[in-house]
Amino acid sequence: MIQLTNIHKTYKVGSKQVEALKGVTLHVNKGEIFGVIGFSGAGKSTLLRTINLLEKPTSGSVVVNGQDLLKLSEKELRHARKKIGVIFQHFNLLSSYNVFDNVAEILRMNRVPKEQIRKKVEELLRLVGLEDKASAYPSQLSGGQKQRVGIARALAMDPEILLCDEATSALDPQTTESILDLLLDINQKFNLTIVLITHEMQVIKKICDRVAIMENGVIIEQGTVLDVFSNPQQPTTRNFIKTVFDDQVPKEMLAKIKNAGPSAYILRVAFRGDAALDPVLGTLASRYPVRTNLLYGSISSIKGTALGILLLHISGEEKAVQEGIAYLRESVYRVDVVSQEEVGR
Amino acid sequence: MDRLVELLPLFYQSFEETVIMVGISLFISTLLGIPLGVLLVITRPDHLAPNKWVYHSLNVIINVIRSLPFIILMVAIIPFTEFVVGTSIGVEGAIVPLIVYTTPYIARLMETALLEVDRGVIEAYQAMGASRSQIIFRIMIREARPGIVLCLTIATIGLIGATAMAGAVGAGGLGDLALRYGYQQWDIEVMIMTVIILICLVQAIQSLGNWAAKKLKKTA
Ligand SMILES: Nc1ncnc2c1ncn2[C@@H]1O[C@H](COP(=O)(O)OP(=O)(O)OP(=O)(O)O)[C@@H](O)[C@H]1O
Ligand SMILES: [Mg+2]
Repeated sequence: MIQLTNIHKTYKVGSKQVEALKGVTLHVNKGEIFGVIGFSGAGKSTLLRTINLLEKPTSGSVVVNGQDLLKLSEKELRHARKKIGVIFQHFNLLSSYNVFDNVAEILRMNRVPKEQIRKKVEELLRLVGLEDKASAYPSQLSGGQKQRVGIARALAMDPEILLCDEATSALDPQTTESILDLLLDINQKFNLTIVLITHEMQVIKKICDRVAIMENGVIIEQGTVLDVFSNPQQPTTRNFIKTVFDDQVPKEMLAKIKNAGPSAYILRVAFRGDAALDPVLGTLASRYPVRTNLLYGSISSIKGTALGILLLHISGEEKAVQEGIAYLRESVYRVDVVSQEEVGR
Repeated sequence: MDRLVELLPLFYQSFEETVIMVGISLFISTLLGIPLGVLLVITRPDHLAPNKWVYHSLNVIINVIRSLPFIILMVAIIPFTEFVVGTSIGVEGAIVPLIVYTTPYIARLMETALLEVDRGVIEAYQAMGASRSQIIFRIMIREARPGIVLCLTIATIGLIGATAMAGAVGAGGLGDLALRYGYQQWDIEVMIMTVIILICLVQAIQSLGNWAAKKLKKTA
C-alpha cells in the first residue's frame, strides 16, 4: 500500500544542513495499522509528511497505492492526496466554520452535490459520535471532540490511507483511549490503512499491528508489535517498552542467583495468553535436569492478544540446558537468551 | 448657536464630501490592497507560492510609500495624479493620492491578518488536495475575516485623517471646512463642531468594526 524506499531528507538551515531522514525504507501493508515511534526530533513527522509529499524527499522513492508520487504532476498529486486522509496533533480545524462545515468544506471544494454532502457529513458525525454537535464551533469543543471532527473530516473523501501525526498527544489518557478505539473501529470497518506516529508506547501496544522505531533519522528496528515487544533488540526500543512493562531485574538480585551447574543463561520467554504455560514449565522441570528461577513475569494485552513475558534463569549441565531451551522454543511463542546487562538495573 | 444652524448645510455638504472621498478611496484601495496582502503572504518562503523576487520587491515598494507622510506624498505624485485623472485638485485630485497612500497600508494590515491564520490549517487542506486558490479564498481569507474587518476599520480611520489633509488641495470635506473657517478665519465654533463630528465618525466606525469582528470570531 505504501512503499518508501531509501528516503533521504536534508534541510538547509542557513548555511547548516540538517539530515532529518538518512535512508529510510518502509513498507506498509493494506489494512494494517503501522506505528512509528521515536523521541522528539527523530524524524517521524518528516517521514509521515513524505508519504503525501507535503515534504519532498531529497532522494528516494515514494509509492502509494501503486503510484509513484514523485512522478506525478501537481494536479495529479492533488488528486492522489484526496485518498490520503491526515489527522493532526493540534487538530487544525477551521475556527470560523461549525462542525458540520468543517467536515463538509472539503466535499464542497470537490463539488459534491449538496444533498450528498449532507448525507455524508451526517453519517460521518454519527460514526465519530458527534451527531449532536453539528452546529457547534471548534472553540466550543473539548480536545477529544475536536479530534473526532478531525477524523470525520479526514474520512470525508473516502481515503484508503489515514496518516496520524501525534493524534492523541494533546489528549488526556482516557480521551486517548477513546480516540484509539475509534481509529481501530474505522480500521476494521473500512479496511483503512493507518500509519500513526507517536512517542507513547501505550498507543502502539493498543492498536498497532506493526511498529518501526526511529532514531536520528533512521529506522533502528521494525517488526510485528508482538515480536518487538517480546524481543526488543535496540536499547532505545527497550527504553520505550519499559514505559509499558518494566522487565528489569535489580542487579543485586541477579548477583544472588546460584548456578546449579557450569552453564547458566537468562531467557526472555514470551508466550501468547491463549497458550497454556503451566504444563510447559512443569514439563521443563520434570523432564530436564535443569534448575530454573523466575526473575520476572507479567502479562499484558497487545491489540487484544495477551502477551506474557517471563525472565527465566536456567542453569545446569550445558547439554541439558540446551535441550531445555529447545523444548521451550517448541512450546511457547518465543524464547531468547539475553545478557545480564540487558535485563539488569 | 444660530450661526451653527446657519452653517448646517455647509457641514452637511462637507460631511458628504468626506464620506464620498473616503468611500471611493477605501473601495479601490481594498480592491488593490487585499491581493497585495495575499501576495505578501503566499510568496514567503515555505508558503503556497514562494517567490523571493516578488516578495522582496513588494516589501520595498510598500515600505517606500509608507514612509512618506500623506501631505508630502500628495505633492510628490502630482504629475501622476494629473496623468490619471487630469487634475490634481478637488475631490478627483485627492482620491488618487488617497488610494496610493492607503493601498500599501491595507496590504500590510492584510498581511498581518492573513499571517494569523494557523499554518497547520493551511497544511491540512494542502494535504487534502485543495488547490492554491481554494486555500487562499476559502480557507485563508475566510479564517482571517475578523482580522480583515479590523484591518479595514483601521484603514478607514487612517483615510479619514488623510482626507482631512486633502482639504489642502481644495478637495472639500471636513478638513477643508476646518481649514477655511477654523485656521484662516479663526472661527472657534466651526472648528469645535468639525472636531466633534470627526470624533463621532471615528468612534462610530471603530465600534462598528469591533462589533463586526466579534460577530465573525466564533468563540464561545
Ligand atoms: N522545516 C524544517 N526546517 C529545518 N529543519 C527541520 C524542519 N523540519 C524538521 N526539521 C528537523 O528535522 C529533524 C526531524 O524533525 P521531525 O519534526 O521529523 O521530528 P519528530 O520525530 O516528528 O519530532 P517530534 O516528536 O518533536 O514531533 C529535527 O532535527 C528537526 O529540527
Ligand atoms: Mg513530529
